[in-house]
Amino acid sequence: MELSGAEILVRCLKDEGVEFLFGYPGGSVLHIYDALYQQDDIKHILVRHEQAATHAADGYARATGKPGVVLVTSGPGATNAVTGIATAYMDSIPMVVITGQVPSAVIGSDAFQEVDAVGITRPCVKHNFLVKDVTKLAETIKKAFYVASTGRPGPVVIDVPKDITDPAIKIPYHYPDKIIMRSYQPTVKGHSGQIKRAVDLLLTAKKPMIYTGGGVVLGNASEELRTLVRHLGYPITTTLMGLGSYPASDEQFIGMLGMHGTYEANMAMHDCDVLIAIGARFDDRVTGKIAEFCPDSQIIHIDIDPSSISKTITVDVPIVGDVATVLQEMNHLLITGKKQPQKKALEAWWAVINGWRAQQCMSFDRNSDKIKPQAVVELVHEITNGDAYVTSDVGQHQMWAAQYYGFDKPNRWINSGGLGTMGFGLPAAMGVQLAFPDDVVICITGEGSIQMCIQELSTCLQYGLPVKIVALNNRYLGMVRQWQEFFYKERYSHSYMESLPDFVKLAESYGHVGIRIDDPKTLRAELERGFAMKDRLVFFDIVTDQTENVYPMIAQGKAHNEMHMSPHSNCELPQSPERELS
Amino acid sequence: MRRHIISILIENEAGALSRVAGLFSARAYNIESLTVAPTEDPTLSRMTIVTVGTERIIEQIIKQLNKLIDVVKLLDLSEGPHIEREMMLIKVKVATMSQRDDVKRLSDIFRGNIIDVTPSTYTIELTGSATKIDSFIEALAEHKILETVRSGVSGIARGDKILHV
Repeated sequence: MELSGAEILVRCLKDEGVEFLFGYPGGSVLHIYDALYQQDDIKHILVRHEQAATHAADGYARATGKPGVVLVTSGPGATNAVTGIATAYMDSIPMVVITGQVPSAVIGSDAFQEVDAVGITRPCVKHNFLVKDVTKLAETIKKAFYVASTGRPGPVVIDVPKDITDPAIKIPYHYPDKIIMRSYQPTVKGHSGQIKRAVDLLLTAKKPMIYTGGGVVLGNASEELRTLVRHLGYPITTTLMGLGSYPASDEQFIGMLGMHGTYEANMAMHDCDVLIAIGARFDDRVTGKIAEFCPDSQIIHIDIDPSSISKTITVDVPIVGDVATVLQEMNHLLITGKKQPQKKALEAWWAVINGWRAQQCMSFDRNSDKIKPQAVVELVHEITNGDAYVTSDVGQHQMWAAQYYGFDKPNRWINSGGLGTMGFGLPAAMGVQLAFPDDVVICITGEGSIQMCIQELSTCLQYGLPVKIVALNNRYLGMVRQWQEFFYKERYSHSYMESLPDFVKLAESYGHVGIRIDDPKTLRAELERGFAMKDRLVFFDIVTDQTENVYPMIAQGKAHNEMHMSPHSNCELPQSPERELS
Repeated sequence: MRRHIISILIENEAGALSRVAGLFSARAYNIESLTVAPTEDPTLSRMTIVTVGTERIIEQIIKQLNKLIDVVKLLDLSEGPHIEREMMLIKVKVATMSQRDDVKRLSDIFRGNIIDVTPSTYTIELTGSATKIDSFIEALAEHKILETVRSGVSGIARGDKILHV
């Protein structure tokens, strides 16, 4: 069978099992689009901006675990995709991005729509390729999928000059089943001696903590984690990226940790004597002040990426390997071993933790005449039985979604944790909804973030994606405003949003349903009414309290036990005064 | 802070050098010198990087380099006995007889070769460790150095230890 480069490319994607291709056509990829036109195995989703193509593919990947695939043209097509590629890179999301390139003969001549895509994307990809020979195209695509989805996953870019896809040049097609790269062989199995040491250390703990991250979600290790946590009876906290890897409704889960983590999780981190970090990377939003991070603790760290180990925090027992594989081995040792956790000490430790818990750090004013954003998220959780896929943008609404939705399953919470990309939520929700057409997909956002990729409302109409957009509209760039309130003496520099569009009319003009809610009394009924429209995209424009802040909060560079607490909690730590905004 | 010599076998692909150089600049690592050329196997290049950092930083540099998909193998030569060599071409002004004699004598002492002679200049080729080359430049302090070209360090482990695929 002889195929052109364009046909090979499309055929490779089919053979790789790709369902959706998120893209936008342009000069350098026209041969590929022509080949796409002549087949119906792969569904192409036409976005309205290349950034959205990458976020949609990213959302698809986070929800399904399969690599998301993107096709964009050269020049601006590639540069627009960069934000989405960097977003995926920071959160280790498997993605293959095909960028068109000007013909090989004119590369380097500043041709129309030429950029050095390999050069521009190099610092934010796991790897990238420039295809120089059509006979290498199939092998390169195989390598790209292999690299993107194994080891610590990440985005891979394939830059394809237009002449490579020339329909006039046909060559025999062969897609390799397997690829072996001498320079890339990720470690899967952990070192058995280290695993044994870790188990021994864990069983000596009097004040243990389990801290897990996105690696558990990416590594499909939730089952193994549950077995470990239940067997040991230890408290568990997760990072923003790890939410859902352990059920939030379980008694042993003590909430998220870090900058906006719970009082109990952060206090327990500070006081623990043995910490096991699983698929987490000691991000600065998690550790707070490095010098005071878990000051009295010995640390075990499981991660597939050796460079994550001892990068910021020096650990005592490092284990490089796939989280699920390592946890299986660990569970086996624990379950078959004779030694048991320190029962008495553990009881005392839980008593301390439950004391912190009783201070109810997540309390907020439930009698306000304004709509409280936390109440919205709680209600959305209730209405969707806590079973929805929730994407978010970046800011206060993201933290409230993380804190109040209560994720019981992995792959359900989809947000840009590492890069913090506003504009991520709506396109990511499109990717999730395409993968799971019968599930409820919600984008919790703010009136600032949603405007960064709002053009995708049009894509949602084209493909009939009934995403529910919950916009917590406080007329402020809320997180910026909160920092200005705390650290800039209430000088609210450019954090106020004037001249907002009428989101209801905007949604309607895109062919969707818009519902504005500004009264706490109608909140439930209006949300229920919108969520009942199963086959429509509904944009909830919810007017929330402008003054609400995200609590608890550890200021940048402070330790875990130095939190700002909500004025409505019973915590012993200093509380922030309630403020009226002028 | 310690000086480390890191040897790398890397796929001889376009862009491989920029991945390494980009890594050092993006993560704000020091780079004192970097040399690269293909090996006897034309699909592989051998790269020698001289860098300075604390143990923690060097550990990260090595891990981050290993993480680059194109890097096949890597060795921190400074961890064991090794040989390092650098080559320098240096052009010195020798306008008078006494200058010519003195430069020739210094070159001999350092086992350099004078490889080009004009009525007013000597060009000397000198090979040795980076410190030897520094010392030679210092020894020439009383002379006018017109130009220096240094190759950067190449290194290899002593004894049986090899860096090979």
